[in-house]
Amino acid sequence: MKNECDVVEVIINKYGGNHDSVIAILQDIQSEYHYLPETALRVVAKNLELPLIQVYGVATFFKAFSLKPRGEHLIKLCVGTACHVRGAQPALDEVKRQLGIEAGETTEDMMFTLETVNCLGACALGPIMVVGEEYHGEMSPKKIKKILSDYKKATRSRRHDEIRVGT
Amino acid sequence: MRLGSALESEQLRDRIISQRNSDRTCIITSVGTCGLARGAADVARAIYQTISDFNLKDSVDVRTTGCHGFCEIEPVVLIYPEGILYQHVTPADIPEIISESVIKKNVVERLLYHDFSTGKNIIHEQDIPFYNKQNRLILGNNRFIAPNNIDDYIALGGYSALVKALFEMTPQQVLDEVKESNLRGRGGGGFPTGVKWESCRNAPARDGIRYVICNADEGDPGAYMDRSLVEGNPHSIIEGMIIGAYAIDSHEGYVYIRHEYPLAAQNLAIALEQAREYGFLGEDILGSGFRFDIKITKGGGAFVCGESTALMASLEGRIGEPRFKHIHSTERGLYGRPSNLNNVETWANVPIIINRGAGWYRQIGTDGSKGTKIFSLVGKINNTGLVEVPMGISIREMIYDIGGGIPGGREFKAVQTGGPSGGCIPKSLVDISVDFDRLAKVGSMMGSGGMIVMDEGTCMVDVAKYFISFLTEESCGKCIPCREGLDRMLDILTDITEGRGKEEDVELLEELGDVMQETSLCGLGSTAANPVLSTIRYFRDEYDAHIKEKRCPAGVCKELITFTIDGEKCNGCRVCARECPQGAISGEKKEVHHIDQEKCIKCGLCRDNCKFDAVTVS
Ligand SMILES: Cc1cc2nc3c(=O)[nH]c(=O)nc-3n(C[C@H](O)[C@H](O)[C@H](O)COP(=O)(O)O)c2cc1C
Ligand code: FES
Repeated sequence: MKNECDVVEVIINKYGGNHDSVIAILQDIQSEYHYLPETALRVVAKNLELPLIQVYGVATFFKAFSLKPRGEHLIKLCVGTACHVRGAQPALDEVKRQLGIEAGETTEDMMFTLETVNCLGACALGPIMVVGEEYHGEMSPKKIKKILSDYKKATRSRRHDEIRVGT
Repeated sequence: MRLGSALESEQLRDRIISQRNSDRTCIITSVGTCGLARGAADVARAIYQTISDFNLKDSVDVRTTGCHGFCEIEPVVLIYPEGILYQHVTPADIPEIISESVIKKNVVERLLYHDFSTGKNIIHEQDIPFYNKQNRLILGNNRFIAPNNIDDYIALGGYSALVKALFEMTPQQVLDEVKESNLRGRGGGGFPTGVKWESCRNAPARDGIRYVICNADEGDPGAYMDRSLVEGNPHSIIEGMIIGAYAIDSHEGYVYIRHEYPLAAQNLAIALEQAREYGFLGEDILGSGFRFDIKITKGGGAFVCGESTALMASLEGRIGEPRFKHIHSTERGLYGRPSNLNNVETWANVPIIINRGAGWYRQIGTDGSKGTKIFSLVGKINNTGLVEVPMGISIREMIYDIGGGIPGGREFKAVQTGGPSGGCIPKSLVDISVDFDRLAKVGSMMGSGGMIVMDEGTCMVDVAKYFISFLTEESCGKCIPCREGLDRMLDILTDITEGRGKEEDVELLEELGDVMQETSLCGLGSTAANPVLSTIRYFRDEYDAHIKEKRCPAGVCKELITFTIDGEKCNGCRVCARECPQGAISGEKKEVHHIDQEKCIKCGLCRDNCKFDAVTVS
């Protein structure tokens, strides 16, 4: 994990080692690894001279952080009020059914992680689903089925190509 | 280039304006978050490409802006100076728009806004009913400003309020002006802004440090006016904060912005950088001797961090738990120092008040609530979007005149205001005027301005359960009444929606609500029962139907509904049978189908896919 420690230290140094930067530091680590590895939390605690429990507390309090590795595509399904009254629940049920996972979980093949969020500020297009950086509006169970199968196909064929190139 | 005096800043403005020719064609398109979700980035790209293909670069300006407010019709393209509006534009429409509207000065009829109430197309933006009933004091400039170009803001008179405050007014006079305007905080509570500033200014600061903070956490799901302001017109907030800091005698500012708004944070960062370059921020602002700067902090995704003390804890890098407020944050806030926190929209009002004066500002609104308020009109409404109206307008005007009524000819049932701390206002009160005090009187609140419209297909018990489950997840767990009370409420509401409700449940909910209101630590807990109490108050019959008759009148609560196929309408096309994930639908082609209730999981796919409306819910 040598490499990881270096990356984390660069991030910490960017903030001048300030205690009050702990959230910003964790955000940067999260955007680097898409989750917070345990080693990273330990390095942060050590370098900032904070008790590990405090870093861990922050990491578990805020919804933006994940302590588990995430899949290749992060799916955020909005269950905010506006999306809720426009049918976010059936949409969520459909995503869960398609992927066979609950919210907060990752598929076994590490392809998708499903998370629910409360409002992405694009309520006019609800129910909203964001896959990676791509926004998909007016989601119905039918559209979801199509979108997810497109992602699955594209990812599978890309992974397949990567394996072929690798060998 | 750093500006060294008030004169230099006015000269800069003159120079920017003189270099701009208001007769020149300008193509405007909005690329805020909602526009992007509908493909506005491709539209913008197509505009740049076509302009260069047509060799029009020297004669036509292109401006990509933040949200204009009418989300329903995005992506939008405006042609100025004519003020023509095109809706639902795709990249393929761009060559036609440019050759017809820009070169030949014609109108592309098929892309115009269609007014269903009159059956006519509308050419100009200002004639569209959604816009012309509003008073877009704050939001209106979004369409003239590219957020990454400070010159656009300056050309519209930006930073002239700052110049006026710094060079023509004392801090006390600025404070008095804001106090006199009766501006009340737009973040929820409606606390008088001037009074808050004064107590922060007068609070003893041990080391002379006071903080000015902007709350851009916007946790209320369904409200996005703050996002749209930070994204589209970041300088108006920056200018407001500098003026506030001058009045309060503060030199350090923070903007706490939620991480779900990456574009807003990015645009704000660019704006801060540009403001520093011109010398509106930093040391010796415009040579006045006053110094102030602003940092951005991104939230971690916790609703409670919108609360003032939790927000400040989070700014310090701690867990965002609120504290008991026997000492106000204006006296002891961030790092134990006097801190003044205001909402995004509150800050955006400040330059207007300083420029136009408190007397002018006070003419807008009602006795107790002055100025305009931005609402996000969302849910079951035809014209979804952000609407800015004078305080005191009726709910009816908002929903029918501006919002264009309920889609599909359905019946309007209620509107939810104030977010998770607010309440539902029933149809019978549709004529009340909307201001801080009136909304509180009917058991709701202004909150941040979310207005979620509900129709007959919305179950009010389900809505109450929705908010309680949201708050159960977001409660920080520090105080018992909020943590345990919400848990209990969720249990009871779940029982009711799943057919296990008992007669005494409603009274128990009311009792729990009272205790939470009186004993919770912070505003989250003390207002958490509002969605339940207000739905009980106005929709008791729906609770009774769930409890006594085990029936969900709106057909929403899964455990209480069944899907059946109407033999009269079904023509046996087999679409539903193919879509059903459980294989619960049987029936030969061209014969009436049948749903096996044992297998049915009530996902509703059959109803959504049936072209003949043959699936009924009861
Ligand atoms: C649970 C909770 C969440 C809140 N969320 C927000 C928010 O997202 N944005 C906001 O401006 N104010 C929010 N507030 C209100 C703030 O505590 C504070 O009153 C406000 O930011 C002050 O600014 P104003 O006086 O300009 O309204 C929240 C309050 C509570 C109790
Ligand atoms: S409620 Fe889903 S985007 Fe706002």
